[in-house]
Amino acid sequence: MPVSGPSISLHKASRDYGTVRAVDSVSLEIAAGSLVALVGLSGSGKSTLLKMINRLVEPSSGTIRIGDEAVDSIDPHILRRRIGYVCQNIGLFPHMTIARNIAIGLELAGEKEGRAARVAALLDLVELPQAMASRMPDQLSGGQQQRVGVARALATRPGLMLMDEPFGALDPVTRDNLTDQYKALHEKLGLTTIIVTHDMAEALYLADRILVMEGGQIKADATPAQLLSGNVGAEAEALVAIPRAQAAHLIALGKSA
Amino acid sequence: MTEAWQRAFSRVPELLAAHVQISVSALFLAMLICLPLAIWAARSPKVAAVALTLASLVQTIPGLALLALFYPLLLGLSALLGGGISAFGFLPALLALTLYALLPILRNAVTGLSAVDPAITEAADGLGMTRGQKLYLVEAPLAAPTIMAGIRTAAVWTIGAATLSTTVGQPSLGDLIFAGLQTQNWTLVLTGCLFSAALAISVDLLLGLIERGIRERRKILAWAGMALIAAGLLIATLPLMIARDNVVIIGAKGFSEQYILARLIGSRLEEAGYKVRYRDGLGSAVVYQALSEGDIDVYVDYSGTLWTNQMERTDSQPKTAMLDMIAQWTHANHGVKMLGALGFENTYAFAVRPEDAREKTLKTLDDLARVSSDFNFGTDVEFLERPEWEMVQDAYPIRFKDARSFSPTFMYPALASGEVDVISAFSSDGRIAANNFVVLEDPKEAVPSYEAIVLLAPKRAGDEKFVAALNPLIGAITVEVMREANYMVDRTDDKKTARQAASWLNGKLRE
Repeated sequence: MPVSGPSISLHKASRDYGTVRAVDSVSLEIAAGSLVALVGLSGSGKSTLLKMINRLVEPSSGTIRIGDEAVDSIDPHILRRRIGYVCQNIGLFPHMTIARNIAIGLELAGEKEGRAARVAALLDLVELPQAMASRMPDQLSGGQQQRVGVARALATRPGLMLMDEPFGALDPVTRDNLTDQYKALHEKLGLTTIIVTHDMAEALYLADRILVMEGGQIKADATPAQLLSGNVGAEAEALVAIPRAQAAHLIALGKSA
Repeated sequence: MTEAWQRAFSRVPELLAAHVQISVSALFLAMLICLPLAIWAARSPKVAAVALTLASLVQTIPGLALLALFYPLLLGLSALLGGGISAFGFLPALLALTLYALLPILRNAVTGLSAVDPAITEAADGLGMTRGQKLYLVEAPLAAPTIMAGIRTAAVWTIGAATLSTTVGQPSLGDLIFAGLQTQNWTLVLTGCLFSAALAISVDLLLGLIERGIRERRKILAWAGMALIAAGLLIATLPLMIARDNVVIIGAKGFSEQYILARLIGSRLEEAGYKVRYRDGLGSAVVYQALSEGDIDVYVDYSGTLWTNQMERTDSQPKTAMLDMIAQWTHANHGVKMLGALGFENTYAFAVRPEDAREKTLKTLDDLARVSSDFNFGTDVEFLERPEWEMVQDAYPIRFKDARSFSPTFMYPALASGEVDVISAFSSDGRIAANNFVVLEDPKEAVPSYEAIVLLAPKRAGDEKFVAALNPLIGAITVEVMREANYMVDRTDDKKTARQAASWLNGKLRE
């Protein structure tokens, strides 16, 4: 498996909104090529932490490095062009065709050569039919739109993908599908991926490392297997309890049927 | 089509062209100001609050007042910068209309830009767009339909308000409306309204087409709308491109006598080979300034008006001495030539009903003072504020029971019906004689003389052909003839146009 994604390092990174500390002095090392899930309840600071990496949110203090480079040593828009970003509301540009939406990163970078070929390849990659290229976003279903969102983020061949509840607004079947396919993509392209989710089941299924956040701090840092085996703290246990109970209920139902 | 309609329609092309020119200029200037301001405001709520409050404030000032406000403002500015700024015509109209167009454009642009879905702007940021790229690629295209709707509203407002620019000397379709209102010529009023409404409606439809084209992302529709607007603009302003060398512009204030005298002067100049245009309905304060700056070539004013308003004199002088002093003053200060007096006066005259004059033996203002405590006073809207009223009160102990203001049209019927008992009429008004009203004498000569005088712009002062064409008018019009000519235009039955009355007047000139 070729690893092209960078490593990430946070040192005492904090973010304050007035008197509220959204992210509280987080220090963290993320290895190149890992798929990390940031899990927590609403307001736990997970989205803020994610957005500090591509400077959509500026840290109040602390340093963040991608590979060897401190993020604040680069112009924000240059930094962001190197990072794939996918958000829950997708944010496709409604006035542009799907092809232009996907190629917008190339357009910003001034790459004129081979845009059409790249768009075609990306449509294949996210398993969308080529005929979609000329459609407008509002002609696509939610799942199709988020596939376009992923394709758009991958267009400039970033090594790092930041995903903020990317599949949260989709129906369970579509969501399951996309989760599967993204995991395959992550491995195929050797990406480093950080994905924010409030769904522990999704995190357990997708990630090779799970960070549980609460009150702006990381309360647990473990592999899915470690989390399921317990002994990683009350916060993590509370989140794991839900899918575990659901699974137990389903198994019981299956047996009684 | 009757002759009256034909005559009204013949004035339309040129006025329509001027109307389109001033409206489009104001709209473009407003867009130029609003769009950058809106971009700033969309990013800073403080700027948005201040800008929108100011624009709304401007909107609460009536259009006419806004236009009037720019006149003294520009005069002051011109004086401050040592001249060179014309407070007359295009500039004040442009500034007032631009201010008027700001609010809808600004409000819609700010709304449109701030209403862009935050998920979309976040995606734009996340992709690494710079501020400029975000504006150009995302925000502007998404806000465009809303911005266009604002421009559309502004266009309709501006075209409507542009009719008011007549009052500061900028030609527009309002010329027809104001002249028609003053002479109660409804053909003119209707023509002016018809064309300004048609212009507003067609511009609204075409801008609507562009707006729809943008909203539905149908480029052909938007381009078609723009092409049609451009073509219309070109056709409408064509009359402006035609050379207007050596055209004489004749000014007139906003009442019948002025319209008639302007036509009389115009017809004589046309006979002498000049091309002539009329700039009607100018305010008293504006018209002299316009003449001295050469924006108009000739007009008729009244000695007392110049004496009190321009020269700021409050003393009274014998008629001939006063005329000499005015001639000297205008020449020395502005190079304006006073050609001479037409031979009649249009002064403030206190008029009463004939039966009152008989029964109460009213002959002079002294007699009026005696009965004034029982009399109700009817006057035009400005007389009570004018220095002449003060001069009269200083000379005669007049204390009326009550005073009421009317437009001239209703002042005469009010006296006839007994609603008021004495009015401050105009001595050359035909409605005095028509109602047999008695004009009271002013033995103490408290009211200054209001001889009608012809004034020429500095550049026409030495034009011998010009002077020769108008010289026969000097001393040639008696007050009786002027009254009759005025009455032809002012009466309700068998009404004549100002041009017809002028031509009748031309046949009655005293040799």
